[in-house]
Amino acid sequence: MRRAAALLLLAVGTPAFAQTPAAPPKIELPYTQFTLPNGLRVIVHEDHSIPMATVNMWYHVGSAREKEKRTGFAHLFEHLMFMGSGHVKPGEFDERLEAAGGDNNGSTENDRTNYWINVPANSLEVALFLESDRMGYLLDTMTPKTVDAQRDVVKNERRQSYDNRPYGMAEITLGEMLYPPAHPYHWPVIGYMDDLTAASYEDVVAFFKTYYAPSNASLVVAGDVDTATARRLVEKWFSDVKAGPAPQPMTIPGVALSGVQKKTITDRVQLPRLYLAWLTPRHFEPGDAALDMVADVLAGGKNSRLYKRLVYDMQIAQDVSAFQASAALSSSFQIVATPRPGHTVAELQKVIDEEIQKLQREPPTAHELERSVNQTEASFYNRMERDGGFGGKADQLNAYFTYTGDPDWFNEDLARYRALSVTDISAAAAQFLPLDKRVELAVEPQKQP
Amino acid sequence: MRKHAFVVVASFVASVALTAQAPDRTKPPQPGPPAALKLPAIHKQKLSNGLPVWVVELHKVPVAQVNLVSFSGTANDPPGKYGLASFTAALLEEGAGSRSALEIADAIDYLGADLGATASIDASAVRLHVPVARLADALPLMADVALRPTFPKDELERQRLQRLTSLLQGRDEPATISAVAFSRVLYGKGHRYGTPQMGTAETIKTFGVDDLRGFYASMFRPDNATLLVVGDVTADRVVPLVEKQFGGWKATGAVAAEKLPAVEPPKTRQLFLIDKPGAPQSQIRIGSIGVPRSTPDYFPLTVMNTILGGSFTSRLNNNLREVHGYTYGANSTFDMRGGAGPFFAAAGVQTDKTSEALTEFFNELNGILKPVPADELARAKNYVSLRYPSAFETTGDISRRLEDQLVYRLPDDHFTSYVQNIQAVSAADVQRVAQKYVQPDKVAIVIVGDLSAIEPRIRALNLGPITKLTIDEVFGPKP
Repeated sequence: MRRAAALLLLAVGTPAFAQTPAAPPKIELPYTQFTLPNGLRVIVHEDHSIPMATVNMWYHVGSAREKEKRTGFAHLFEHLMFMGSGHVKPGEFDERLEAAGGDNNGSTENDRTNYWINVPANSLEVALFLESDRMGYLLDTMTPKTVDAQRDVVKNERRQSYDNRPYGMAEITLGEMLYPPAHPYHWPVIGYMDDLTAASYEDVVAFFKTYYAPSNASLVVAGDVDTATARRLVEKWFSDVKAGPAPQPMTIPGVALSGVQKKTITDRVQLPRLYLAWLTPRHFEPGDAALDMVADVLAGGKNSRLYKRLVYDMQIAQDVSAFQASAALSSSFQIVATPRPGHTVAELQKVIDEEIQKLQREPPTAHELERSVNQTEASFYNRMERDGGFGGKADQLNAYFTYTGDPDWFNEDLARYRALSVTDISAAAAQFLPLDKRVELAVEPQKQP
Repeated sequence: MRKHAFVVVASFVASVALTAQAPDRTKPPQPGPPAALKLPAIHKQKLSNGLPVWVVELHKVPVAQVNLVSFSGTANDPPGKYGLASFTAALLEEGAGSRSALEIADAIDYLGADLGATASIDASAVRLHVPVARLADALPLMADVALRPTFPKDELERQRLQRLTSLLQGRDEPATISAVAFSRVLYGKGHRYGTPQMGTAETIKTFGVDDLRGFYASMFRPDNATLLVVGDVTADRVVPLVEKQFGGWKATGAVAAEKLPAVEPPKTRQLFLIDKPGAPQSQIRIGSIGVPRSTPDYFPLTVMNTILGGSFTSRLNNNLREVHGYTYGANSTFDMRGGAGPFFAAAGVQTDKTSEALTEFFNELNGILKPVPADELARAKNYVSLRYPSAFETTGDISRRLEDQLVYRLPDDHFTSYVQNIQAVSAADVQRVAQKYVQPDKVAIVIVGDLSAIEPRIRALNLGPITKLTIDEVFGPKP
């Protein structure tokens, strides 16, 4: 349903507990798109609500492109992008930005690496200068010593986020169990310690030349900017960045689990934890949105089936969550639950399996599905509040552009959820969550010495 | 209505020939001057029962944020009842008006809204975030939760079990252990700041329905609260809506008023070690008792801390991460509250570099006592002040700023004079507050790590007397 924004305020006056809440207005993000001769795709979005601007760059490469014995390299490379470039001395990237009141960060996933810089709008050019210089001239200042310094930092990132974090190794183990060794989702984005040790300066040069060409990237400039000015400044600073060949598309064979993969690992924790995981349809493929709703019916909110039974009624679990982790080559659906003291993962798994089977047999109620769709719809509005940073509007425009070719894919994305019927939900649970083809991982507390 | 920025048609521009010349990269662009900070007006009114209502119109996204803020928090927990404010707030959503916990959650979820009730140190709040089209449907639910909680006995028992299990799980997290231990050794058992906001297993086991009802009555009352509305609303339309829900609210009982005892900062340097066998990193936390939010040194301290450990290029992060690679990140914080909160520098460092990292921490804590170079000072001031508009971007951001202003009684011009006040800080100010508040020979040092690997070399540094703490001494007996 499409409803003009002007009707919105009238809706505030409707009586409490109208059975069908008024639908919020259509989401549209105005933008301008152009491509530089060197192949860089650029998207500009104006939002003049605060005098800030954001520069958001996606390189269409992630850990899935890593070679054998070099796991963690895409992420290590991300760190090197902040270490200076041809016209930016080591340390100056952050110093210049902070002196302008700017902030920045980057992140690496399986399929992409993103970088953002938030600056006061009148320092947009500072951000474009820095972003373009590292795209064009990163190797001019790169040395083996730079690689060594960030290697140590990244190893400590791994220690902090995985090795020294309760249940931190479970996520890594799950990937290894879900995917065969040759599949690029088998290894963790953070990488293995030995491979981080082995990464060399020569690897950096080759990776940059293969994957960091402008034709393998997309740039969003958003915020308190005038489109013509933003375009002029982007053209000015990125025009001298040399074109390079686009990388070959990946050819990854499909994967499937043939049975139950079962494993128990130990950790320095007080309570056990159960992980169940399935291989599921890729991002935006049929089944992907339905599985988001399956996750919500099972474990989103107090009235969800697993939360209500395990945590609220039986009180044998401290927490339970379910989610469809969508990605470009393959997704996984996961259910994670922690038993309360005195209870076991086996007790939880029995109840979880009962509820999965029930959902496979009988569709959820219309109310359950509407509740989930309403929450999804509201989340789209909440995602419009911030411009920059991770998950801001600029980052979302770049994500939709990268995965669908259309930066403003918001309504199409939301329409996937609105189109679902209750039988779609039970059908997705039946088709994609077979109890006999999945990963069952338990984390058990280490025995006290 | 044009104020909804969404509805404009996207334009596609095909790739065009470029006439731009290669830029002169030897002349990098320079930052612009500070932008004028245009803050939205705060419409201040009172409901018929005297409850103040502040409304800020933000016509960007069709959502609204509504916060009922009570000026009592965990600092108001009575002695022996630490954790009561937090427990009371958590129970508000678990039964209210004529609805059960599950009915409240179902109604809120169905509206696509978020509703939460939490206690922080100096305030408690019920917060609603909702698509504005469903605001009128969600407000009665919020009012039930805030004004008519029923504190069902079975929900209390559920919450008790949830909290005892959370406390048990806190023992797994090295950063949590170090934070809890640090507060305990600085403030002791007798001061509220020395115990986690959630309380301890011992106190959580004692709370009954009467405790919660009594504490609720003393904290949630129209003469001890303010209602904030931020979002795609107009004051004219939204005030009658909230009047209907909150205007009949009456106070009962007396306002919670616990006074925090005075506490002395450490007079010497002391170390506290907690064993985490096999830990690949050591969690280090070094510091003392800092300042209350009301400190006249707020602006110089903000700038000084930015230089020491409050930004990426700060000295602690640059030294421990970028130069030495001992950590993924090092930082420092002045946690300012109603009373003097802690000041600390912290990092998780790789186990085999623990003593080296300690040495570098102290190099920086001593280094900040000396005059700060002009470019470093200017960078820190710009970093803090030029991006200040970001603090007012979303409905949540603005409501948090307003909460700060209310809870800490900040002057009306606090936001508009913020940039100017930061820019006025001098190198002499920075040195004065560093010498006053960062006293590296009068600090507590807490280290959580694999003592079999790190203890001998820590001892060899001779930093001060060493006390070993067990996890039970930090958290109390296991639940």
